[in-house]
Amino acid sequence: MWGGAARPVVLVGQKVLKGQLLAQSQVHISAPIHAPVSGRVTAIGEVTAPHPSGLGLAAITVESDDTDRWIETDPVADPFALAPEEIARRTAAAGVVGLGGATFPAAVKFALGKRLAVHTLIVNGGECEPYLSSDDRIMRDFAEQVVEGARIIMHAIGARDALVGIEDNKPEAMAAMAVAAAAFPEVKIRPVPARYPMGSDKQLIETLTGKEVPADARAAEVGVLVHNVSTCAAVYKAIRLGQPLVERIVTINGAAVAEPGNIFAPLGCLVDDLLAYCGLKEVPARLILGGPMMGTLLLHGRVPLVKGASGILAFTAAEAAVPEAGPCIRCGSCTRACPMGLLPLEMAAHIRAGDLDGAVGYSLSDCISCGCCAYVCPSHIPLVQYFSHARGELSARERARLRTEAGKRLAEARLARLERDAREKAEVAARRKAERTAAKARSGTVKPEEETT
Amino acid sequence: MWIAVLSLTFLGLALGTLLGVAARYLAVEENPLEAELQALLPGSQCGQCGFVGCAQAAAALARGEAAATLCPPGGRAVAEAIAARLGIKIDLSAVQDDGPLLAFVAEEICTGCCRCSKVCPTDAIIGAAKQIHNVIREACTGCGACVERCPTEAIGLLPVPVTVPHWIWPKPAIT
Repeated sequence: MWGGAARPVVLVGQKVLKGQLLAQSQVHISAPIHAPVSGRVTAIGEVTAPHPSGLGLAAITVESDDTDRWIETDPVADPFALAPEEIARRTAAAGVVGLGGATFPAAVKFALGKRLAVHTLIVNGGECEPYLSSDDRIMRDFAEQVVEGARIIMHAIGARDALVGIEDNKPEAMAAMAVAAAAFPEVKIRPVPARYPMGSDKQLIETLTGKEVPADARAAEVGVLVHNVSTCAAVYKAIRLGQPLVERIVTINGAAVAEPGNIFAPLGCLVDDLLAYCGLKEVPARLILGGPMMGTLLLHGRVPLVKGASGILAFTAAEAAVPEAGPCIRCGSCTRACPMGLLPLEMAAHIRAGDLDGAVGYSLSDCISCGCCAYVCPSHIPLVQYFSHARGELSARERARLRTEAGKRLAEARLARLERDAREKAEVAARRKAERTAAKARSGTVKPEEETT
Repeated sequence: MWIAVLSLTFLGLALGTLLGVAARYLAVEENPLEAELQALLPGSQCGQCGFVGCAQAAAALARGEAAATLCPPGGRAVAEAIAARLGIKIDLSAVQDDGPLLAFVAEEICTGCCRCSKVCPTDAIIGAAKQIHNVIREACTGCGACVERCPTEAIGLLPVPVTVPHWIWPKPAIT
C-alpha cells in the first residue's frame, strides 16, 4: 500500500521552477515528486499526513512566487516512435501514478503488462464512488488527451485493443470519448452499468471481458491491465508535453460546500485552501479525502492534496451522521451486497471475537474495502471498519513475524561467529603450544648434541 | 454372549500389549514439542526468562515447569502462540506488553566501553572502543540485554514509533 519514500534532491532556500524534481524515488515501487509551483523551498520536514491517524509524514514545502514558471520540458512529437521501455522510463521519471486512488506507479504497471503479455488495456471511466465526478469531467473536457494517453499506454505494454468502460449515467462523457476515439478503431467505448463499485478494477474487468480475476492474482494475469482516465491524461502530458505530474483534477463536494465542482489543483496545496476557494456554507462536520465509501477521514484541512485524492468532501452533520450499531440479525443483506461474493457477517463475527485467522479463512484478503456491506447493513454494523482493523492487525503480525525471523537469523549468525572465533583461538593456542613444545624439544635435543660435541 | 466377551477381552489384551511394547521400543528420544515451542520463541537467547537460552526455555515449557508467559520480549503474541500450542488457557492481562521496543544510545553519556555490543544477541550495536556506539534499528529485537550492561546508563528502550504506513485502525467498539 505504501511505496518507498522519495529522497529530497533540493535544499532549503533553493529556488525551484514548476516541474523541477524535488525528490527522487529510491526503490522499485516508488515515484519521484516534482515542484507543483515555481518558488522557493522553505522547509524539508514533516507535515500532517492526509491520513486518519493525523501522524506526520516527510514533506518538502515550496512557497510559490506566483509566476508559475515551468522548467524546460522535453516534449515528444511522436510517442509511437519511442521504444516501449523509453515510454515507461519517461512515465516513471514524470512521477505518474494511478490517479484512481491506489497511486500505484504507472510505469511499474507498464513493465508488468509487458512481462505478462497483456492483450487488452481497460480504461477505467467508471467513476470510483458517489459524490465524485472528476473522471466524468476529464472525459468530457480532455477526451483527446485520454484517448491519446490510452494509445501511448497500449504502445508501452504491447496491447492490441483498449476498452473504455464508461458508466451509462454519463452520456456526455461517452459522446465526447466516442468523437475522440472515432479515428482509432482499436479504442472501443463500452457503456457499463452505473453501479458502485464499477470503478473497482476487478468488477470493471468482469463486466467488460467476462473474466474473473482469481483470488491473490493480479489483473494482468488474465491478460488485461486497468488504468484510470485521469492516469491516461497524465501519461499524455508526461510523454507528449514532457510535463511531470504536478496537478490533478479533484472533485470538491459535500453539502457544506457552497459551490461544489471539479478543479485542477496543484499537488501539495492545502485542503483548507481548496475548500476556501469553493466556499464553505458551514463548518464541515466531517472532511474526507477521496470518495464517501473508501476515502480517507481527515482530522482537519491543514493537510496537503496528494496524488491519489480524487475528491475532497465536506459533509454537514446531517450527511455525516452515523447511526448507532445494533446486533446482527443475520438477514444476509451484506452477503448479497458484497461484490466479491464474501460473507461479511461471518468475517466480522470472527474479528469481533478476536479470531483473525478465522476471518482469513473466509477470504478476508479478497475484500476490496468497498464498504457496500456496511452501507446496506440494517443494523448499521461497521463491517468494513472491522475488516480494515483486521487487515492492519494481520500486517502488523506479519511484520512482527518477519522481524522475529530476522532476529533469529542474526542470533544464529552471531552464535556461529562466536563458535568460529573460539575454535580459531583454540587452534592458534594449540599451534603455539605445539611450536613451544617443539622448540623446547629441539633445544632439549640440541643441548645433548652440544654436550656430545 | 460369551463369544463377544471373550473376543473383546482378547482384542483388548492383544492391542494393549502391542501398545505397551510399542511405547517401549518405538519411544521418541526427544520431545517434538520442544522443537515446536523453540520455533515460537524469539530465539535471541537474551536470557530474560531466567533460562540460559530459548532451547532451555522451550524444554521447560514442554515439561510444564515454566509459565507460557515467560518470554518478556515476545510479549502477548508469543504468550498467545505458546498457550495455543500447549492447549492451555492463560491470563494475558498479567503479560506486560508495551508493543515492540527498540534500544537507543544516549550519545552524550556513552563512553564507548563496548560492553553492550558484546552482549547483544543479534549484533545490533555497532561502535569501536572509546567511540560512541549506536543501535541498528533493523536488527534490534528490543530484548534489553544491553540495558543492564551499560555502566553509564546510556542505553534505554523506547517503543517503536508508530508511522503512517504502520498505523492500524482501532477495532470498532460496539455493544
